[in-house]
Amino acid sequence: MWSDFFTVSVFVATLASGIRLATPFLLAALGEAVGQRSGVLNLGVEGVMLIGAFAAYFTKLKTESTVLAVLVALGVGAVMGLIYAFVTVIMQAAQGISGIGIYLFGLGFTDLLFQKQVGTPQPIPKLAKVEIPLLSDIPWIGEIFFQHNLLVYLAFLLVPVAWFMINKTTFGLNIRAVGETPEAADTLGVSVNLTRTFTIVIGNTMAGLAGAALALEVGIFQQNLTAGQGFIAIALVYFGAWRPVGVMSGALLFGIVSATVLTLKTLGIVEGAASSLLAMAPAILTIVVLVVVSRRIAAPAALTRPFDRAAS
Amino acid sequence: MTTTEAVHEDAPSDPDSGGVGGSFAFAAVKPLAGLVVPVCAVAAALAVGSVMLLALGTNPLRGYAALIDGAFGGWDALADTSIKAMPLLLVGVGICIAFRAGVINIGGEGQIIAGAILSTSLALTIPDTPRIILVPLVLIAGAVGGGIWGTIPGALKAYAGVSEILATIMMNIIAAQFLSFLLQDLLIEEGAIKIQQTERVDANSHLPLLPGGTRLHLGVLIAILVAVLGYLLLFRTSLGMRLRSVGHNPHASKYAGMAVNRSIVQAMAFSGACAGVAGAILVFGSESHRLIGEGGASAFTQSAGFNGIVAALFGALHPLWTIPASFFFGGMLTGGIQLQQELQVPAALIVALNGVVVIFVVGSLKLRTRVNRWVERHEGAPVQPHKDVVDGGVMSGVE
Repeated sequence: MWSDFFTVSVFVATLASGIRLATPFLLAALGEAVGQRSGVLNLGVEGVMLIGAFAAYFTKLKTESTVLAVLVALGVGAVMGLIYAFVTVIMQAAQGISGIGIYLFGLGFTDLLFQKQVGTPQPIPKLAKVEIPLLSDIPWIGEIFFQHNLLVYLAFLLVPVAWFMINKTTFGLNIRAVGETPEAADTLGVSVNLTRTFTIVIGNTMAGLAGAALALEVGIFQQNLTAGQGFIAIALVYFGAWRPVGVMSGALLFGIVSATVLTLKTLGIVEGAASSLLAMAPAILTIVVLVVVSRRIAAPAALTRPFDRAAS
Repeated sequence: MTTTEAVHEDAPSDPDSGGVGGSFAFAAVKPLAGLVVPVCAVAAALAVGSVMLLALGTNPLRGYAALIDGAFGGWDALADTSIKAMPLLLVGVGICIAFRAGVINIGGEGQIIAGAILSTSLALTIPDTPRIILVPLVLIAGAVGGGIWGTIPGALKAYAGVSEILATIMMNIIAAQFLSFLLQDLLIEEGAIKIQQTERVDANSHLPLLPGGTRLHLGVLIAILVAVLGYLLLFRTSLGMRLRSVGHNPHASKYAGMAVNRSIVQAMAFSGACAGVAGAILVFGSESHRLIGEGGASAFTQSAGFNGIVAALFGALHPLWTIPASFFFGGMLTGGIQLQQELQVPAALIVALNGVVVIFVVGSLKLRTRVNRWVERHEGAPVQPHKDVVDGGVMSGVE
């Protein structure tokens, strides 16, 4: 049994599937990181992921177009972003609780739509793998890194993009300023509300995309498909110390842990009850990581603090 | 810890007007202004519900009629509503305690499960104990289980600076998976087909039914009792005063010599204990009298860990106001079943509506302060330079 596990082919396959499983985490967490750098905590990621997942699933089921499915998921993500921005930026509502509201809405709404519009579980074709010429032929490395669907490549390409945007552009400077001292940024003529609205829409669009990546990867939708992945993505932002590369390491770690659990199950090394125990691993890991990082790395100073010009 | 620095040093000293809890305390503002906004928020949420019903091809009026009939039409419906309200109320009282102490407890789900696991294990271990002893014992076991599950993230927040929002969410996942493990292994009913459920607990541990011929059981009364105790704890003891003070302004509380960290842990312990009692009642007051994990953990908890937050917010984070609020949302849940049977609208609509209610209620708080200021101004009262409690409150965030 265990000897099956320690073979090169299993190892390579597990790493490859780890990268695939890391993709929804990475997309959602990158978007959340951008939002948090501007001082906005979005706890609704899980709900928006569910909405994005259902949108992509349903579009694909009806039109069989993957491009359309992804676009619709991006669109509903952006709409959810505008709603969340209205509630937390314009109405200045408490971000933590508003996010829980978005989560409950997404959880119930997608379940409702699924039961009404689809009913019985119907699989959709999974996203096709795109093998990168030459690179995918490299033994082991090729299988691990270069034989994935396009959304996987996109997610990892967005890491340097996010880094560049946050650290090297004026918009990124505004984001950081607004997240640390909104009052000072406001004095210098940076619109706090507009900047935050942008980052919230970016974050929610990414969450919608993360949902699409998940639904198109597993080829199915069901009630609570995300099963806590959106919440783990938020924890990954803390894990990654609000930096895109850190967030990526966290997503990879979680993807590989999940993949290992799956491999152990597939090989029959753990089954039934024990696999439930193993499923606790990512959550326990998250807590351990939070304990380690929480006191060491400072969060954006204005995180969760609504900006009210009249009060400052 | 950045939560605290957001709290304005010059927050109003009037105990009714400020603080994390205060920001939600509709009851504490001018009665009229306090009521108008939340009522409008619910009306707006119901309007969104109407749009959703219309989109599903159902007449909203018929939908809401079915909902109300299912929830409040007749004694049996009222009894079912009360039974559904029970976990919301218990979790909600816990939420009142935690939120007022400035701790965002999202871990109700896990705490319910922990309470259910501990109390069920106890009842299965000592079956032949007299009822008068066993019933209180399983309830206490529930409180202990939930209390432990709440204390862990509380201690992590207090002593390691871990965001309690994230920690409690992770504790939910851990509890759900642990329950699934137990029900496939240690606690699974012997000889039965592989259904995830425990043995039926001993008759001596069943919560007695209340007279009247309905399904109403002692658990509902216990929930109301806990709400009253929660009120007394928060508003009539020095411990409650300390908890509220810490939630209101941790800096000032620390300066005044209060043990802020210990208060956070205590608040989470109480909060978890309330949810844990709900877990015990869900087992010992159910008709099957066993812990059932089939269909996932949220099927057992009925998502009360989240819906209880909705009820508590709606009850202005006041344990006594949370009682009617819980019955309202319990009614939505029972009514949702009727809605499903009569008009084939999935009960998931209610979950979505709860989310909408949360968004509208929290979103309207700022509006409430504005209305309040307007009322003050027009009554000629001196306008306080009202620093807004919502922007800085611990309410608004993690960390």
